[in-house]
Amino acid sequence: MTTPPTASQTVGPFFHLGMAHLERGNFVAQGIAGERVTIRGQVLDADGNAVPDAMLEIWQADSSGRYGGEIFPQNSATPRFLGFGRIETDDKGEFSFTTIKPGRVASPDGSLQAPHIVVTLFSRGLLKPLRTRLYFPDEPGNADDPILKLVPQERRSTLMARCSGQRGAKNVPENAPPKIFDWKIVMQGDGETVFFDY
Amino acid sequence: MKAASYGRAPAGTQPNYLYPQYVSTCKRSPKQPLILLPHTLSELTGPVFGHSEIGENDNDLTHQHSGEAQGERIIVSGRVLDEEGRAIPGALVEVWQTNAAGRYRHRVDQHGAPLDPNFTGCGRVLTDREGRYRFVTIKPGAYPWQNHPNAWRPAHIHFSLFGAGLLSRLVTQMYFPGDPLLPFDPVFNSVPDENARNRLISDFDWDTTMPSHALGYRFDIILRGRQATPVEVSP
Ligand SMILES: [Fe+2]
Repeated sequence: MTTPPTASQTVGPFFHLGMAHLERGNFVAQGIAGERVTIRGQVLDADGNAVPDAMLEIWQADSSGRYGGEIFPQNSATPRFLGFGRIETDDKGEFSFTTIKPGRVASPDGSLQAPHIVVTLFSRGLLKPLRTRLYFPDEPGNADDPILKLVPQERRSTLMARCSGQRGAKNVPENAPPKIFDWKIVMQGDGETVFFDY
Repeated sequence: MKAASYGRAPAGTQPNYLYPQYVSTCKRSPKQPLILLPHTLSELTGPVFGHSEIGENDNDLTHQHSGEAQGERIIVSGRVLDEEGRAIPGALVEVWQTNAAGRYRHRVDQHGAPLDPNFTGCGRVLTDREGRYRFVTIKPGAYPWQNHPNAWRPAHIHFSLFGAGLLSRLVTQMYFPGDPLLPFDPVFNSVPDENARNRLISDFDWDTTMPSHALGYRFDIILRGRQATPVEVSP
């Protein structure tokens, strides 16, 4: 006898109240290995209007392709990379977070997936979250990535961050300033982002 | 190759993205078909939260300020289980809600009902080894919204849950039995299957009602879990 999962309901416009405690713009602590990257983005609706009340949850592997699991205490002596983060969009629908470029993770057939960040989008008007992935341009693994291969060629670019050519100001002694990437999430219409069902 | 698998929700037990009666879904729901994703490590893993995320009064929303919150004190409790009824221990449960007057402590809430200086409306807790959670709070109020003329949301508590892995991530809302606004609420009614919809309504519960103190409401939550029988996965 099984019971189907509880039905999803929208986070509504007031999620900040309950969710803000896990919001962090910077997911990396000093001492964590990996190339620093900043993802700048914007969430847009069907009319191209900014979505100022969305929240993104990020899940990713560390630089060696391993998933964390346990949240690191913020004052822990040995820094660990959790790989989870939560960010809200601002009044212009924009968001930004700094993390490390993830390593490659195994896929079910044993091959390696290209570096990617799993993104779950919540907002008013979404009765259940939208799930997508962010990939990095010019990665040799992109051509053989088993998930990208499921996406029609002409829509793959919606999952691809664009290198802005800029570097951010944030820096820690042992690391170069983060490379900045741009990415848009279009919820509906022209250039609609590829969303997954899983 | 064999792997334990996660099932997909039976038809009608989850809302669709587009539900025109809930007007905000019209411009925010994808038009392109979703792409069915095989479950990789990226979906099977997920963050695990520890007690460092939980503060002392995070499970008692009536005692987070110098005075006690106004309103009808209630105890909300239940179990977090997978589809086969197994307990999910260590799940992070986050809740947020209006105060007794139907007002959120949030900068964009313009409802003309009073704020309560002794009520924030936010709590969190981890489930115990039997998957149980428990909050003390006050009964939230109904509030108006702009969806259609004279639109009012029934009283509800927002719930966010992290089980084992991203596949079990759930955000939902808990409602109260006998609320006259439920038949008119497009968010509640977006769930097509009547049984699935009605499972969002908590039960009044004598067992957790504390004499001379607070009424008890029970709300059990089912998250997606690994199916017991491994299935063949094509290589
Ligand atoms: Fe609400």
